[in-house]
Amino acid sequence: MNYRLVLLFIMFLSCVTSQTYSQSYKDTQHHTCLKCHSNQSYSFNNQVTGKVVKRLMNPYYIMDTIAIRNGVHKSFDCTDCHNTEYKVYPHKSELKLQPLSSCLDCHGGDASFAKYKFEEIEQEFKKSVHFKVYGENFNCSKCHSQHTYVATARNSNNVLDIVDYNNKMCLSCHNDMKKYKLVSGHDNPKLVVIHDWLPNQELHFRHVRCIECHTEVRDSLMVSHNIMSKEHAVKKCTECHSGNSKLKASLYKYQNLQKRSEKGTISSILTNSSYTIGTHQSPILKLLSIIIFLAVLSAIITHSLFRIFKKKQ
Amino acid sequence: MGTIDKIYFYPVWLRIWHGFNALGILILIITGISMQSSIDSPVIGFNLVVNLHNIAGIIVLISYFIFFTGNLVTENGKFYLIKRKDFFKNLIKQGKYYAWGMFHGEKTPFPVTEKRKFNPLQKYSYVIVMYLAVPVVIITGIALLFPEIIIDQTWGISGVFLTAILHSVMGFLISIFLFIHVYIASVGKSPKDNYKAILNGWHHL
Repeated sequence: MNYRLVLLFIMFLSCVTSQTYSQSYKDTQHHTCLKCHSNQSYSFNNQVTGKVVKRLMNPYYIMDTIAIRNGVHKSFDCTDCHNTEYKVYPHKSELKLQPLSSCLDCHGGDASFAKYKFEEIEQEFKKSVHFKVYGENFNCSKCHSQHTYVATARNSNNVLDIVDYNNKMCLSCHNDMKKYKLVSGHDNPKLVVIHDWLPNQELHFRHVRCIECHTEVRDSLMVSHNIMSKEHAVKKCTECHSGNSKLKASLYKYQNLQKRSEKGTISSILTNSSYTIGTHQSPILKLLSIIIFLAVLSAIITHSLFRIFKKKQ
Repeated sequence: MGTIDKIYFYPVWLRIWHGFNALGILILIITGISMQSSIDSPVIGFNLVVNLHNIAGIIVLISYFIFFTGNLVTENGKFYLIKRKDFFKNLIKQGKYYAWGMFHGEKTPFPVTEKRKFNPLQKYSYVIVMYLAVPVVIITGIALLFPEIIIDQTWGISGVFLTAILHSVMGFLISIFLFIHVYIASVGKSPKDNYKAILNGWHHL
């Protein structure tokens, strides 16, 4: 009687855990796909020669299983999106020709995803330099890996983490000769060289996202996906380094929302890690400086008037 | 050092320092306000203003060395020494003279002598400006010139942000000092007398 209860409990536990993560991402060695696709090499039984063959895995098809388990799609299994026939090896060649579901196939027109505004993002993306150059072949997953994507900007409190995660999306192609050439047809320009005009390059790259300058700000979206070519990118210092900084409408859209709701306005001034210039970025100090200046000025005027008046007497 | 009615208080090195310092600080204040207000006109571009601010900053840094070493090696340094005795009493006495006494025919409580170049209010404000505000503004200014050397985060606050705030608060204090300094200079033997002394070095009693 007792062992049946234990068995039932184990079955219940396995059901609960498989709901949180897809059944076997944790145990990659026994996962039908990942036992090969999480390793540098794979082995199979060649039925023609009757021998076991060991081969190198195409590096682009090696999955980062830890990243998958942290990604937004962690509860899906491979064959939820990829054809179930992939479970058989050698994979059928026709499978390659079948289109995969696009992001909007699941996310579009669904009320539970409405706040992310996927449809508007698609409209904006179609104005972008990416779409103009590569058309429909440039899909969401070119930047947002569907396997590992994490909504860092919405969830992280650390601006540097958000910037780092976001810029790596751009750099995955713009700092990779093969991937860049696949889309553009020519070699990738050296980022350090084309941004030579930008003062304190390293600091800028660490503290703001590429899209801060290369994307049009759109109030209705957290990030307008209209990525613009360098001719239309921000190049004026004062667009960001001013009281009315462009960053408030882009990167600090997230930060401000979080800070206002969590800690209040004063601490959001103190914990603001953006750098515009001087005290004017803090409204309290700006007001205080104007008051002190006016007080000193009126004291000087009054004093000199008294002196003139006394002299005349 | 001088005759009965005038003292040679301002030697050539001091006047050179004062001139460079005044020029540098003036450019720094104007360009500083311009940058804070993010003025980017076609005539004077933001980049030009930033460059001017940087150059003027270096001028003030060099002139500070003249001031600092000048005061170390010459007698002039001793005029800045503060005595703890009657610190606040003297301060109030001098303040009262400027606000009340001078309009009621009172004599200055701390007349200028060969041993006393500055009255207490003057001395304290010069010490605060030249030995606190200016060094802080120079150090934070150098840090902002090379922002990669600044600590990233201090108590959860961005290091660059903190440095920038400190830099502009001190800059503001210096500009307030400048206003008062230029005005109070007109309280001399005659309103123009002290301005002439800046050029020729002689202080009239």
